[in-house]
Amino acid sequence: MLKISSAPHMSSPINTSTIMRDVIIALVPAAIVSILFFGLGALTVIISSVAACMLCEYAICRWLLHKKSTLRDYSAVVTGLLLAYNLPAWFPIWMILVGAFVAIGISKMAFGGLGKNIFNPALIGRVFLFVSFPLQMTTWPKPKFLDFLYTDAQTGATTLGIIKHIDVKNSTEALTQYSTSISELPSYGQMFIGYTGGCIGEVSALALLLGFGYLLWRKVISWHIPFYYIATVFIFTSILWLTTKSPIYDPIMHLLSGGLMLGAIFMATDYVTSPMSTNGKIIFAIGCGLLTVIIRLYGAYPEGVSFAILIMNAFVPLIDRFAAPRVFGTGRK
Amino acid sequence: MTKTFPIGGIHPDKHKIAGDIAISSPGLPEIVYIPIKQHIGAPAKIMVNKGDKVKVGSLLAAADGVVSAPIHSSVSGEVIKVEDIIGEFGYYEPMIAIKVEGDVWEDCIDRSDEIVREIPDDCEEIIAKIRSAGIVGMGGAGYPTPIKTTIPEGKKVDCLILNGIECEPFLAADDRLMQEKGEQIIIGAKILNKLLGIQKAIIAIDENKPKAIEIITKLTKRYVGVNVRVCESKYPQGGEKQLIAAITGREVPSGKLPIDVGCIVQNVGTVFAIYEAVMKNKPLFERVVTISGDSIEKSANFMTRVGTPASFLIEKCGQISDNLGQIVFGGPMMGTSAVNPDAPITKLTSGILLLSCALSDKQPETPCIRCGKCLDACPMGLQPNAIARAVRSHNLDALQELHVLDCIECGSCAYTCPARLPLLDCCKLAKMELRQHQTKK
Ligand code: SF4
Ligand code: SF4
Repeated sequence: MLKISSAPHMSSPINTSTIMRDVIIALVPAAIVSILFFGLGALTVIISSVAACMLCEYAICRWLLHKKSTLRDYSAVVTGLLLAYNLPAWFPIWMILVGAFVAIGISKMAFGGLGKNIFNPALIGRVFLFVSFPLQMTTWPKPKFLDFLYTDAQTGATTLGIIKHIDVKNSTEALTQYSTSISELPSYGQMFIGYTGGCIGEVSALALLLGFGYLLWRKVISWHIPFYYIATVFIFTSILWLTTKSPIYDPIMHLLSGGLMLGAIFMATDYVTSPMSTNGKIIFAIGCGLLTVIIRLYGAYPEGVSFAILIMNAFVPLIDRFAAPRVFGTGRK
Repeated sequence: MTKTFPIGGIHPDKHKIAGDIAISSPGLPEIVYIPIKQHIGAPAKIMVNKGDKVKVGSLLAAADGVVSAPIHSSVSGEVIKVEDIIGEFGYYEPMIAIKVEGDVWEDCIDRSDEIVREIPDDCEEIIAKIRSAGIVGMGGAGYPTPIKTTIPEGKKVDCLILNGIECEPFLAADDRLMQEKGEQIIIGAKILNKLLGIQKAIIAIDENKPKAIEIITKLTKRYVGVNVRVCESKYPQGGEKQLIAAITGREVPSGKLPIDVGCIVQNVGTVFAIYEAVMKNKPLFERVVTISGDSIEKSANFMTRVGTPASFLIEKCGQISDNLGQIVFGGPMMGTSAVNPDAPITKLTSGILLLSCALSDKQPETPCIRCGKCLDACPMGLQPNAIARAVRSHNLDALQELHVLDCIECGSCAYTCPARLPLLDCCKLAKMELRQHQTKK
């Protein structure tokens, strides 16, 4: 039987599910590193977060909205992974359930589901947990290579935590603290491969960059947001570093520490909550970069990536309006 | 260096199966059905009656006004019907049905293969020949050619571009024509040069046609002023505005025509028809049609008489596979799925494609994920997802602001969209609604 349909009669092999699948693949290296360094502590967080997010989406679709479940687009898995990556190892499971509910239920489904949410669901989940359970959210087990059970975890501070700590100038006490703190800082190499304290998915720049390469190769994202975001942070801290020579502004350390790589590559590039045009993406990324540094250095919290991205999420409709692409044949620059 | 247009564009799979297959004749069907409207403008006025005997090239219907084109018989035989018959879109269209008897041509047509190189001196005479041959833009627009080659008062043309870019997947009709009738096309370009009063012509060919590029480049050595430009294989490189931008760097302003930036673009098929009309006295009654697709055994390029039922050509190409989804008239990006496979070939039919379900089935729409891929794909710099949203909420002011009337309906947006939004349909609907609204005002 002949079929009739409107043009075009071919479509690209890429669809929402393949895109989400590619994002998941790109996130795998970071999962491997986290399990290598945090063992079971990371694995439980990842599994419970992904499961909780999927369950939550399924439950809302089927029992609240009475429609077909949207699990097959895999976006709940992505949110689950990203939420997990933003939590410390051994984070209590019941708290993860709460976080997943906030991420999927409140910040995604309540806005109308995939595509309609304004804020990045995983980040909302993380920030909610951070505000509600500050103690657990800042208990950072130290990495331990290939110790799977990893039950006797020692805890320590993150790089940015140490920096925040020594940011008390002009006092003798601070000076002595300063030297001991500096010795606590991990080396660039350790930070690059991820042998440092922090959220399970954010520690390894190497793994995240691998994922970035994969996303670029598969044309899932363009390079603009990660590049401009990271470059802004680098330039901003470089200027401070060059003018003050204080190690707390060390630009390379700022690139490799905290959630910058994870945020710039995987969270700020979330389609739904970032601008659509290339110019818009650049504005958005620079905004994220500036806010990140400002919060890190002058804010109350040691880390600013989540807040920076969430704040910029709110500006996306505005950016989209003013950074619309130039229509062919109109006002050429 | 290859040239390309400045914004947007996509790279669909090329499927150029038919590029290496020589143009052949499919033979004559028993009956041809010739529509009297195969162009933009007024339908031609029917000049024959049932029972009349006609020859190949006899006038069947005369141009009705300036924006119209005459229609000639593509076969010899007897007119058996002059009535409304179902066409490719499933609508009744007035057609002339002719029962084929032999193959007798009008005496004035030069049927020899010899290439005629002496271009007539009189421009009036050239235009008259193009007009009476019923030549229209064969790239798909169907705009009567005489109008396009007459420069309006106050306008200046300095650039003639021959569009040898066949950016639609599967199609190879223009590719083959360039490979086999290259010199005729170049002479056609010289004829146009004369009409337009300029010395130069550029033949634009996209990179995926190395043979055509080689052949035409060699031939142009003998013709001063005709040059080949190689363009990137990217869809929609063959769009008029895109091609002008690629070749000259000029942008046709929103709402304006190519002539406003001094350019005229003619499809190579049209230029070949111009050559035949002017040098061989041959009206436009046959054209190259590519038969291809992933659901048919063989591909072919047929020099087909206008009015031949598509099914006649398809039968010549072997087995149709079971997974056939649709039969498309034209290319897969901009063509139309045929309701009636027996519908006739017209002056504008560049191909008949048999596409499998796997290739052509529409997937269900899912929510827009704001990925921005449609913005990146649009060669006109539009925001297709915003257009879709505006048209679905009937927001005419927003549509106006979104420049929807600049949409060239290339379908790049719909091809790319991972959420499978019917973006092209939305754009077409938006244009219609906006135009209606504007005429009401
Ligand atoms: S169909 Fe229109 S809106 Fe879509 S890509 Fe082509 S020009 Fe742009
Ligand atoms: S390509 Fe489709 S999903 Fe992506 S922004 Fe455009 S309409 Fe939305």
